[in-house]
Amino acid sequence: MAQLDTSDASAVLAALIAGDLPDSDGRFGPYGGRYIPETLVPAVSRLTDGVERFLHDEAFQRRLDEELRDWIGRPTALTHVPRLSARWNADVWLKREDLAHTGAHKINNAIGQALLAQALGATRIVAETGAGQHGVASAAACARLGLPCVVYMGEIDVARQAPNVDRMRRLGAEVVPVTSGDRTLRAAIDEAIRDWVSDPVGTYYLLGSAVGPHPYPYLVRELQSVIGKEARAQMLERGGLPDAAFACVGGGSNAIGLYHGFLGDETVRLYGVEAGGRGDALGENSATLAAGKPGVLHGAYSILLYDADGQIQETHSVSAGLDYPGVGPEHALLRDIGRVEYVTASDNEALAAVDELCAAEGILPALESAHALAGARRWARQNPGTRILIGLSGRGDKDMPILAQHPIGSTDADKEHSDAAA
Amino acid sequence: MLPRDALAESLRAAEKPALVAFVTAGFPEPDGFLRLLAEVAAAADAVEIGVPFTDPMADGVTIQRSSQAALSNGVSLGWILDQLASRDFELASPILLMSYLNPLLAFGYDALAARAAEVGVSGFIVPDLPYEESAPLRTALEPHGLALVQLVTPATPPDRLIALCQSSQGFVYAVTRTGITGGAATFPPEAAEYLAAVGAASDLPVCAGFGVRARDQVEEIGQHADGVIVGSALIEALERGDSAAEFLAGLRPR
Ligand SMILES: Cc1ncc(COP(=O)(O)O)c(C=O)c1O
Repeated sequence: MAQLDTSDASAVLAALIAGDLPDSDGRFGPYGGRYIPETLVPAVSRLTDGVERFLHDEAFQRRLDEELRDWIGRPTALTHVPRLSARWNADVWLKREDLAHTGAHKINNAIGQALLAQALGATRIVAETGAGQHGVASAAACARLGLPCVVYMGEIDVARQAPNVDRMRRLGAEVVPVTSGDRTLRAAIDEAIRDWVSDPVGTYYLLGSAVGPHPYPYLVRELQSVIGKEARAQMLERGGLPDAAFACVGGGSNAIGLYHGFLGDETVRLYGVEAGGRGDALGENSATLAAGKPGVLHGAYSILLYDADGQIQETHSVSAGLDYPGVGPEHALLRDIGRVEYVTASDNEALAAVDELCAAEGILPALESAHALAGARRWARQNPGTRILIGLSGRGDKDMPILAQHPIGSTDADKEHSDAAA
Repeated sequence: MLPRDALAESLRAAEKPALVAFVTAGFPEPDGFLRLLAEVAAAADAVEIGVPFTDPMADGVTIQRSSQAALSNGVSLGWILDQLASRDFELASPILLMSYLNPLLAFGYDALAARAAEVGVSGFIVPDLPYEESAPLRTALEPHGLALVQLVTPATPPDRLIALCQSSQGFVYAVTRTGITGGAATFPPEAAEYLAAVGAASDLPVCAGFGVRARDQVEEIGQHADGVIVGSALIEALERGDSAAEFLAGLRPR
């Protein structure tokens, strides 16, 4: 195995663009790999074989394209937002994953993996969820294909994303509240893996972000790349490439899908916005790439938030979907080579961004997506007159219980900056 | 003799089946750790000391609970090594550290290997480190003669089983069923066949377990393996306030 020389950033970028990464060991440079219990090794090998056999197979692609078009409603719109543009003194465009069926980009991955699970002969699907969007997407995809679905969800998230819990159950999924560990997304992944270890042959683990052991980061990226592909073509149709593109980063699936449309476009600056939460102190945010170190969690070597003893750090974010101490391995590499710059937006900035987009354009974004808006807003201030693309990863209906605790106008985006890097 | 060879030797020399006991470090109380360890080491033929971790994804509720309690009491890998260093008595059986990878990574492999050897640890069991990713740790342990124990499971394909058994050090850890630790003990008919295959592929002692909680299971598995591993059931005995020595003695075939 020839280790990639990550000091040669342009060579790494060329390898990424050429599709040479991950390598055959599932590595993005030093990151990635497969750190899994022995019981799962054969299951993950079967999955890897299945991905190779089906993902780029013509019949599979045709079936997937049909579902993307007829069931999900793709392509999703690219929306110009003139009133927000005027407020920001920029030319702002939104890639509307909130308009995808079930209300977020998560469905692109869920239907693709559910089709793969079916092709592999799985009889049962398990999934984890934070915000509930991946759970809803998995439940819907499983209903569509007639597969039983169990969704693990931390009990804190069950409470704060209640509307999505009801949706999952209506869609026929069994929702299992997780009371162990940190009782959020991280514990839900632990529990989904435990379930999978107990039945590695019949059960398919439908992982919802670009994290986990190889081949998940690759598989999820390929399924989410439709976002960037469509967005690039739409931007070109509507006057040209953006100067900068923004996406929020939890595990990093919507972001990696958006970036892959633009990696080769030197003039397009790429930004990832992590959750700055309540502040810089350990435990007060979920800003993995800003504050983390290399380590192993949930099957991959990547950047993580952990303490001096190697114990994974509790995280905080107002948005359940970003409240995670890890990040996909490809993002760690993109950061190291400088192709993507990762910044943070605080809880308050995100809450203010929700209100601003609602008022200015009649769109209620998910709290996760609002982080991308907040990061872009700050960048627009420093780069007036630029053309900006924002990945609007999902809609905010699920956040009504949280928004109810923050009356309109109670947050002021300009009062607080958790990060001035952008 | 290298620590890993001494480990294999002592399992071979033990009365059959050898008893391998797992305890979470610092559980139920950090205070009595060395005392409990001495007691368990006297009652068993090898001891796996569990390094608590926040995300024990291969463990069931019992070991999740003991790990969480130990973490709340401030137990860490560094603390465990310091405790082991501070003892002024010999342990009656070899000890291993069982840990998820991240605490080991955070400590630093080279420093860890040196320190572990110094305080009398014979080897490591790392449930989230499959063979393919194990070279860096293996390389660090090598100069100190410490074992990296390989796990095999009923799901492991035959050719892989042989490769894993050949690469293991100290002993081979044969998980007797797919799933997480604890839970129901089942010994399906095909388990005998599986353990025979592990035995045939391995020059080292084979220790089997997952969900073992009673003497009849020890007797049954003992007919097909060199040793039997007991974890969750011992933790549950400690939770009840039972004596570890008596519980372990009660598992030995009469
Ligand atoms: C709308 C929305 N955006 C973003 C995310 C974060 O996930 P990722 O970073 O994988 O895109 C989530 C996760 O739940 C989400 O629901």
